[in-house]
Amino acid sequence: MHPYTFSQPRSVRDALSTAGPGAAFLAGGTTLVDLMKLDVMTPGHVLDINRLPLRGIRRDRDGLHIGALDRMSDVAAHRTVRESYPVISQALELSASGQLRNMASIGGNLLQRTRCGYFRDVTTPCNKRTPGSGCSALNGVNRNHAILGTSDACIATHPSDLAVALVALSTEVHLASTQGVRTVLLDRFYEVPGNTPHLENVLRPGELITGITVPHLPWAAKSLYLKIRDRQSYEFALSSAAVALEMSGRTIKQARVAVGGMGTKPWRLTNVEKALAGRRAGEAAFEAAVENAADGARTRALNGFKPALLRRTLVRALTALTTESR
Amino acid sequence: MSSNDEVNDGQSGLSRRTVLGSTVAVAVAAPLVAGVAEATASSSAVAAAAETVSVRVKVNGTMRTVVVDPRVTLLDTLRERLGLTGTKKGCDRGQCGACTVHVDGERVLSCLTLAATTDQREVTTIEGLANGDRLHPMQQAFIERDGLQCGFCTSGQIMSAVAVVEEGRAHSDNEIKESMSGNICRCSCYPAIVEAIKDAQKVMR
Ligand SMILES: Cc1cc2nc3c(=O)[nH]c(=O)nc-3n(C[C@H](O)[C@H](O)[C@H](O)COP(=O)(O)OP(=O)(O)OC[C@H]3O[C@@H](n4cnc5c(N)ncnc54)[C@H](O)[C@@H]3O)c2cc1C
Ligand code: SF4
Ligand code: FES
Ligand code: FES
Repeated sequence: MHPYTFSQPRSVRDALSTAGPGAAFLAGGTTLVDLMKLDVMTPGHVLDINRLPLRGIRRDRDGLHIGALDRMSDVAAHRTVRESYPVISQALELSASGQLRNMASIGGNLLQRTRCGYFRDVTTPCNKRTPGSGCSALNGVNRNHAILGTSDACIATHPSDLAVALVALSTEVHLASTQGVRTVLLDRFYEVPGNTPHLENVLRPGELITGITVPHLPWAAKSLYLKIRDRQSYEFALSSAAVALEMSGRTIKQARVAVGGMGTKPWRLTNVEKALAGRRAGEAAFEAAVENAADGARTRALNGFKPALLRRTLVRALTALTTESR
Repeated sequence: MSSNDEVNDGQSGLSRRTVLGSTVAVAVAAPLVAGVAEATASSSAVAAAAETVSVRVKVNGTMRTVVVDPRVTLLDTLRERLGLTGTKKGCDRGQCGACTVHVDGERVLSCLTLAATTDQREVTTIEGLANGDRLHPMQQAFIERDGLQCGFCTSGQIMSAVAVVEEGRAHSDNEIKESMSGNICRCSCYPAIVEAIKDAQKVMR
């Protein structure tokens, strides 16, 4: 591991004044410590932010507020989250393991790095890790890689389950830096790789995530996260779907849909949302509505199964949500 | 437990998280684990690497003060500095659960926890579960149910299992399997581990 200096600021102001290029914030450490051991991340200074007052889950008229340092396990177990936004609670419960969820923070979760094996292996070319070095996955082991939002520079999948649920719900991220504070829609926070896969989001050097707000959405109480993976637990998504439905009897009034395991960022499917509106719930209707879900997908040698898997994941999620007893 | 690399808390005049001067740091940092020592030696930024952090942490009920390189994990601190080798290093990447300990009563992975972040916190390892010669009910149940073969994953399994019962996540076989999924057993003792947890749960309540 590369050497670094270490500090534990007690105020956001102190943290921001020390932060900047070459420094990394440490929250749960489950991404950062892992990648520092692999020499994939090599900050010269590590700022332990766990003493900052960035915790607290509460609801008001604007929606649900969650602090950047709230832990995955605490958010998943929170009563308001479970009852009013089950898709968030389920996405968290299906992530990682009990130990990791106790450690990992919401801010860190949104900033976790891809699990592309080449990104994690410093002996192989990777544009995301070393800009301009090439992409080993294009003609390599790319079964788990993305089919949406890819470029010839990078096809890495965004790994977060939580972010898929949050993007479906139009969540906002609150940011702070020495320049001031700003709020960005999570969907716009993430960027597709293009020619600059090392730039994954709009976060500026030294900028801190302070929290998120999930807008008030009463019908999100009817929502679900479905995760398909190679083993039943403790594995990243091969495919996943976050769905929320506003129903009037058996008819869908509005829908929210996003998928994971498919895109270079959490992928909102507004075309599917529109296609669902006004339909009567039922498997045939769902199949019709998701017909174009994978439009624009680019598959590679080993992930040609993903467009069909995407559609089937959606149909299964929608079917489960509309047949469960409520 | 060697006394030269551990500052006994009672005799220490150090304030919390003191960043020590280089003379002290070199003396204390000498017995670091091999990997870190190599990294330090091969790096040009030796000056930065020599910076150490003083950590006051309660381990199995006893207050300890250790002066560590900020790169050192809780796992290596427990094993290499405090002589608590019951906690095992499997993958060292957060993927197997062998290194599970409790920090402030919650199960976490010590291989992804930097020791420097445990200042003022309470750590419980497998060595801290038994009450004198009386084993913790979970330890007893693992023995009675044969919840192990080679034993390498076992301290992590037991630390996780104790937390799973305390979290109230052991209501059914399926719930136990799901909440224990972060602990991999290469010998595949899973069925016996589930039985052990069900047994221990009855005694723990
Ligand atoms: C074995 C394993 C399995 C996993 N399985 C899953 C899974 O199935 N699904 C899933 O979604 N995730 C999974 N994860 C990933 C895990 O959820 C993330 O590692 C975790 O959420 C990161 O949070 P953290 O607080 O530990 O982040 P850290 O490691 O502390 O930080 C991650 C990054 O974010 C930066 N950062 C942290 N907080 C802030 C902030 N407030 N502002 C600005 N920058 C910040 C850090 O500098 C760092 O670059 C898994 C991880 C492991 C090791
Ligand atoms: S897919 Fe992206 S992360 Fe993976 S090797 Fe290619 S450039 Fe690197
Ligand atoms: S050694 Fe920590 S999870 Fe494997
Ligand atoms: S007993 Fe051998 S790995 Fe679990």
